[in-house]
Amino acid sequence: MRILVTALAATITIAVSTTAQAFCGFYVARADTNLFNQASQVVLVRDGDRTVITMANDFQGDVEDFAVVVPVPTFIEREQINIADNALIEHLDAYTAPRLVEYHDGDPCARYDMMREMGASNAMPSSGAALQDSGRALGVTIEASYTIGEYDILILSAAESNGLIRWLNENDYRIPKGAKRVVDSYLRQDMRFFVAKVNLDEQSRLGYSRLRPLQVAYESNKFMLPIRLGTLNAKGKQELYVYALTRTGRVETTNYRTVKLPSNTEVPEFVQQEFGDFYRDMFARQTIEENQRAVFLEYAWDMAWCDPCAADPLSPDELRRLGVYWVDDQSTGRIASSRPQNVFVTRLHLRYDRTHFPEDLMFQETGDRQNYQGRYVIRHPWQGPTTCDATAYKTAVRERQEREARTLANLTGWDIDDIRNRIAFIGGAPPEPDEAPWWKRIWR
Amino acid sequence: MRTVSMAITSSAHPSRIIGSCGSDIADSVTMSCGTAPGRLELIATRCINGLIANELKPDSGSATFISGMRAFTRTLDPRCYQIVVLSLLLAYGVLALDFGIHWQNAAAIVITAQLVQFIGTRAAGLARFDPLSALITSLSLTLLLRTDVVVIAALAATIAIASKFLIRVHGKHVFNPANVALVTLMLLSDRAWVSSGQWGSAAISALALACLGFLVLTRAKRAETTLAFGLAYAMLLVGRALWLDDPLSIPLHQLQNGALLIFAFFMISDPKTSPNTAVGRVLFGALVAGIAFTIQYVLYEPHGPILALITCAPLVPLIDGRIRGNLYRWQHPAGTSAGEAKGVY
Repeated sequence: MRILVTALAATITIAVSTTAQAFCGFYVARADTNLFNQASQVVLVRDGDRTVITMANDFQGDVEDFAVVVPVPTFIEREQINIADNALIEHLDAYTAPRLVEYHDGDPCARYDMMREMGASNAMPSSGAALQDSGRALGVTIEASYTIGEYDILILSAAESNGLIRWLNENDYRIPKGAKRVVDSYLRQDMRFFVAKVNLDEQSRLGYSRLRPLQVAYESNKFMLPIRLGTLNAKGKQELYVYALTRTGRVETTNYRTVKLPSNTEVPEFVQQEFGDFYRDMFARQTIEENQRAVFLEYAWDMAWCDPCAADPLSPDELRRLGVYWVDDQSTGRIASSRPQNVFVTRLHLRYDRTHFPEDLMFQETGDRQNYQGRYVIRHPWQGPTTCDATAYKTAVRERQEREARTLANLTGWDIDDIRNRIAFIGGAPPEPDEAPWWKRIWR
Repeated sequence: MRTVSMAITSSAHPSRIIGSCGSDIADSVTMSCGTAPGRLELIATRCINGLIANELKPDSGSATFISGMRAFTRTLDPRCYQIVVLSLLLAYGVLALDFGIHWQNAAAIVITAQLVQFIGTRAAGLARFDPLSALITSLSLTLLLRTDVVVIAALAATIAIASKFLIRVHGKHVFNPANVALVTLMLLSDRAWVSSGQWGSAAISALALACLGFLVLTRAKRAETTLAFGLAYAMLLVGRALWLDDPLSIPLHQLQNGALLIFAFFMISDPKTSPNTAVGRVLFGALVAGIAFTIQYVLYEPHGPILALITCAPLVPLIDGRIRGNLYRWQHPAGTSAGEAKGVY
């Protein structure tokens, strides 16, 4: 029995950490999408009614069993489907990922005022014919079928979902329970479907071991992402990353709350070794705090730059390949700028299931061009020799370390005592437990 | 021709004017609108005057607590409730929901609105300056309009208040001030938008919003528009879900939208821009719901309700013209406070 993947699902990316120097501190680590299991990634390029959607699939298993059913808001033709490179999404992921930056305290004797300043600066067509015949008999119209890259694509328009479902069943795809109802609903909303399955011959000929992302370009006033089918066959909650590339400004959901994740906070030094755990636990806690119904903003930035950079901004060529058709095309002979212009990237992250996200995601582009990034700061105390009385500095650092411990506990739900034990408090032992009021320790 | 219908209504109900917000200090009002603190003081004074007048009423002083409360609420200008509730919602949005409202925008909206109101009052030759309605518009705009450009915020307030003085038919302004400003700026500028999803769909806050909003409405005695809109919109959403065979959690989620509730309870309910008759208001509410639904779920464009209201607003004079039978009832509704009849501008 084949497995039908009815999601806008995505590949898990493997990212390499790089170190780059930037004004807002030294970038040391990032929280990639590979932190989360079952993570899907979708790139939405939107300008007016024009949409280019790139979907990376996280299907892991025998590709022979793979097929994905994708609802699209309008009829599409062959030229509107394309195959992208995984590297594009990996780059976009790396560029927009939440990041950890570090600062080193200067010599307190040489630059005693520095701490205060730094504290303040924290603002930061194949077998198609045969398929077609079988389809007609079942009341499903296969409007087009062809091979693109390693995929066989079938564009379906069924008069009723029975046809599509029966066709899928007949072709040995396992249909998730409840799929018929959702397919029926989409069809009544004039949505179309295409099915992509792997053409093994083409795949071995092309030599790709990993499935590449599917791209669709269409024109529709529906600025949305269908997630309902994806909730049917998922085991538990799913992670979804949406990267929106627009001209004007930040993208947000109109039917769910879009919430900024806590950012620009100072955390203890040891978080550097376990930034992934930190970010995962923080995200889980924030999700619960928002009643599991929020979409989180992780990055909103003008694509022309970054500070600090978790990765370089995407090049105009990469952006065009993702569907950003309005950036300078170097092949036209125009003098293309070294940096892409007029592209604003929004990275949204949500953890969803049917109960908490019953409706598809609806988006709107806002006029907000304020930059936002998930940025976490570690500050290393001065470890060198001091030639003056540094008592005041040490006291300030201990206070800062204690503050960082509490922040970390609040953000992640980690045990405050464990955190304190892991902090190398300057001057030795952690602050006396009785520094905190006794009642703060009762119901933790 | 502009008319000051409030003067007519007020003289018809002299007993109601005494003690209602603002009417008893009308003369001093015109002169004390220079600075923001002056205005705040003025609003407080007007609302507190309602309280004092209530205490002086012989028939309510010895009554039970409930009847006392009833008398009290009857005396108070319903707009005072609206201001309090909108302020609470604003505080909730800023403090609990992180709305990201810039204080500069809020200040620009409030100050500009009062300024334009003052200029309009003078230009229209009105006897007194009434800051309450302009303040309500300011609060609605602050809650709904998102922009990072202060000038757009000020422009919104200008369009809103100026529309009240400039676009008038039969002595009533045609467009809801906040509504016309929102739509104009959303269409003209890509730097202004409405974040309709930011209230979230937590059932508890939806319920709280509805209750608070309803409180405002019951004082405004104009619940028909809201009820008709809410009922028709809910029926359309449920009907759509049934037709699509979708789970009912979908229309429920669509209805648990804070922005929708604010629209229903604080914008479409505006007594000055809804039809004069109860039948007209029901018709109007249902019409707005139908068009809002069409925009949002047939044409798949966002902000259906806000766009539907501005589309339907020019029909209000037509509805008033066609359904005249009940016009008399609006002029003499039982329990209508004087404050409701005031503030035509």
